[in-house]
Amino acid sequence: MLPQFMISRRRFIKSSAAAGALGLAGAGLPLGAARAAEATIGFIYVGPKDDFGYNQAHAEGAAFLKTLEGVSIVEEENVPETVDVQKTMESMINLDGATLIFPTSFGYFDPHMLAMAAKFPDIQFRHCGGMWTEGKHPKNTGSYFGYIGQGQYLNGIVAGHTSKSKKIGFVAAKPIPQVLLNINSFLLGARAVDPAITCQVIFTGEWSLAVKEAEATNALIDQGVDVVTCHVDSPKVVVETAAGRGAFVCGYHANQAPLAPEKYLTGAEWNWANVYKMYVEKLLAGEDLPNFTRGGLADGFVKMSPLGPAVTETARTQFDDTLAEIMKGGFSVIKGPLKNNKGDVVAAEGQSFPETAPELEGMDYLVEGVVGSTS
Amino acid sequence: METTDIGLWGVPLAILGGAIRVSTPFIFVSLGEAITERSGRINLGLEGILVFGAMTAYAVAYLTNSPWLGVLAAMATGAAFGLFHGWICKFPKVNDIAIGIALMLFGSGLAFFFGKPFIQPSAPDLPAIPLGWWSSIPQVQAALSVNVLFILGAALAVLLWWAFRNTRAGLILRVVGDSSDAARAMGLNPDTVRLLATAVGGAFAAVGGAYLSLYYPGSWNEGISSGQGLMAVALVIFARWNPLGCFAAALLFGGAGALGPALQSVGVTQGYYLFYAAPYILTLLIMIATSSPGRTLAGAPGELSITK
Amino acid sequence: MTDIASRPAPGFQSPALSAALEWLARRAEGVVIPLAALVVGMALFSVFIALIGKSPTQLYELMWRGGFGSWFSIQNTLSRAAPLLLAALCVALPARLGLVVIGGEGAIVLGGVAAAAVAVPLAGAPSFVGIALMGIAAMLAGGLWIGAVGALRHYRAVNETISSLLMAYIAIALMNHLVEGPLRDPASLNKPSTHTIDPAFVVGPIPGMDVHWGLVVGIVACVAAWVLIEKTRWGFAARIAGGNVRAAQVQGLAVGPLIVGFCALAGGFAGLAGMIEVSAVQGNANGSLAAGYGYTGILVAFLARQNPLAIIPVAILLGGIDASGGLLQRRMDLPDATVQVLQGMIFLVILVSDTLYGRFKAFNPDLWKRSA
Repeated sequence: MLPQFMISRRRFIKSSAAAGALGLAGAGLPLGAARAAEATIGFIYVGPKDDFGYNQAHAEGAAFLKTLEGVSIVEEENVPETVDVQKTMESMINLDGATLIFPTSFGYFDPHMLAMAAKFPDIQFRHCGGMWTEGKHPKNTGSYFGYIGQGQYLNGIVAGHTSKSKKIGFVAAKPIPQVLLNINSFLLGARAVDPAITCQVIFTGEWSLAVKEAEATNALIDQGVDVVTCHVDSPKVVVETAAGRGAFVCGYHANQAPLAPEKYLTGAEWNWANVYKMYVEKLLAGEDLPNFTRGGLADGFVKMSPLGPAVTETARTQFDDTLAEIMKGGFSVIKGPLKNNKGDVVAAEGQSFPETAPELEGMDYLVEGVVGSTS
Repeated sequence: METTDIGLWGVPLAILGGAIRVSTPFIFVSLGEAITERSGRINLGLEGILVFGAMTAYAVAYLTNSPWLGVLAAMATGAAFGLFHGWICKFPKVNDIAIGIALMLFGSGLAFFFGKPFIQPSAPDLPAIPLGWWSSIPQVQAALSVNVLFILGAALAVLLWWAFRNTRAGLILRVVGDSSDAARAMGLNPDTVRLLATAVGGAFAAVGGAYLSLYYPGSWNEGISSGQGLMAVALVIFARWNPLGCFAAALLFGGAGALGPALQSVGVTQGYYLFYAAPYILTLLIMIATSSPGRTLAGAPGELSITK
Repeated sequence: MTDIASRPAPGFQSPALSAALEWLARRAEGVVIPLAALVVGMALFSVFIALIGKSPTQLYELMWRGGFGSWFSIQNTLSRAAPLLLAALCVALPARLGLVVIGGEGAIVLGGVAAAAVAVPLAGAPSFVGIALMGIAAMLAGGLWIGAVGALRHYRAVNETISSLLMAYIAIALMNHLVEGPLRDPASLNKPSTHTIDPAFVVGPIPGMDVHWGLVVGIVACVAAWVLIEKTRWGFAARIAGGNVRAAQVQGLAVGPLIVGFCALAGGFAGLAGMIEVSAVQGNANGSLAAGYGYTGILVAFLARQNPLAIIPVAILLGGIDASGGLLQRRMDLPDATVQVLQGMIFLVILVSDTLYGRFKAFNPDLWKRSA
């Protein structure tokens, strides 16, 4: 047996001993011992695994791991951000012998994952989207996320070239930092083409609400918006509704081009397989897992959908040039002088926030040119 | 795509368009439930039937490439669920409300289970009739692009309103709904009438589901219904079991639902959650205003458990 | 099921034994029928599972392990059952008056928000003061909400089923508005929440268990509700009013206050469930308060035939199915919807079994004597 496997096995034995000490005798042994996996990894999704969006992007990353040797994957979908997710994690540890758990929804972080991390110090937890902070959060936890705002910036560039009405639209779920950064990036990308462009945003208030998303898309188009993108869990409805009304669309989470081949411009997609592979290789090699992981287009965390047939040559050129710029690293979407849509300065002349800037993950404003409100 | 700046006119237009687009599922479910409740039964499980209907319609439309076959298949499954509910509730002491709630769970569970393979593919949509051809404004054309099912729903509301009063079937339904004993005295079997009424109600509810998956928003996924089936059942009581009232209530509900997105699109952006609650607040206020103390609901079928 | 009937021969036994047997027989009906229905429901589901090519034996083995088979699983089940107890009372209490209230979800979320809101200025106060005031605020919020449903029903004849459903949607919108607007903690980044409560106000686990005190609160509330309904004059009055409002009024019962009071108490219990969710699980009020406990509570109450004591085992059964659902997904590669189908089947059969009550001679000692 290879030494790295010994380590993970030792870890596992330690954790099951700990479980036994807690009065869980018998429950600590994995029932599926017959499958002889060297590492069992748990994935938890907040919605259905096949939602054509957020959860599917993660499930595809998990599906990729299944092709690796020595890895066994356990998955649970539709797990609410309540005591349920705590019990799901505990159950994966106690009954399945999972040693690494990926809770993939933001709301799983605090208090749920942190509570489980304190209870199971030998189990590793890596969370999607959270802000892991040295000294504040336990060492056996961590977070990963991608600079997908870069993708929305590129979406914006193509949208800026394509829009004739100079009004672009964004269907968003909730005014939270990850969403606000995407909206701002989308507009700033478009303004890199034409500073007169404005972006109308409509918040639906929920992550998955099909009829409201369709209504929001229609309302945007009624106001003259001719390119639409979104940040909801499942972009399928927005893409199909917008294309049905004759507007162009930029995708999100996954490639939605098959839903609207003529009207789909490009899209910002996750590439989680890359991230999960990195973690699992380190785990199998017995190395420590990083606690704070971020990456963008250059790191292969995020990718762009192929440009659609409606994208013009000039748009393609600017898209390619900007993409090349982003691939060098340290690209700043948010740079001064920049005001928010209430007129306050958010970035002074000469000030810029590169992709790695932690401030971006606490964004609480919409930039000038975005019509919408954060509350 | 041509665009015309319509500014604030977008709000009333969105309400009109929203009323037409969003109301259809409410129309079909509430008309179906009106028939069921008129017979003296309540089926709270229409939400489950609606979801199963949405899945069936999408799956069949995708497999046969015909959306209308999808609608028919949905109707068949809806009728089957309705028969099931009607048959179970025939047994003495079985609570129709409780069975409805369990059916809600069962129907959506089955729909999600069998619907997995149909989330990714695209099924053909139901056609729309461009009733806005007279206008040169694209927004008006879009708002008046009316689905055939909406027109059918409107016609059905009128037909049912007439039939409840003027046909023998309508009379039988009302007698059974008002008093089982009176019905038996007339030689009618209340259980059979209720069985059929629940089956028809189920079939209608499934059409509502088919509209969701095949027209607006026009795709199948597990979040396709946000409680339209349950809400429509409530609207029947609101409409006092009058089919025309059901139609009006559905329009009101759809139109008020369009208010939230429309206001944001013209720049009224604060407090959108409260605007989204508009349909519920409006319905509640109308109910409070039009109900009066000291008398039971006018038009309530005497045998209906929920208003007894 | 009829073997009990063949055994007792009342004439040959002492009166005490005979009385005990009669007592047992009368009560056995409410246990034997639903349990038998549960078994039938599970058997039907086995057919479903076999038809889709999976092994029913593996399924039930996993369900046993996931829900009840170990101390961990039992605690998992109890944790999930805890919020359902109070949520079900929100349906069962008004049901005593013949009202069908389906909007407990609204009282839960508003109770949670109220509790979180009062906890902020109270930070630093002694633990019991904080917890008590949070509980009171939550009960008031929930009580006002469902109490209003009762008042609308009695004084304006507004159907309580619709008004409670509408008000649940309104409450959830209000909760979202408050949590993402006026009450939002700016530091709650991607999950908008209120400020996290003082750690002193956290309702912790029951000693020796990994289940929070909410379970005990729920059980105590169920017992108290049972006493209220079965052993007090208010409960008696409620039953009369539930049977016939006019008859109750003729007898001089104050039906209005009775309806509003029962509804308010029901809403208060639901509000308390929201407070426990904030204090024992979430640490603040956020969108996850609308987790559907209120809707599951409707089902629990109807399965328990609106009997507060029966709510306890039904909630535990639901908790167990829920707890084992995850294991089915993970081990058998079944989608989450499987558990929903299973629940639907079991509940349908249990509800249909209501028709069997009173049909078996074994459970009806009066019939023994008549035949003897």
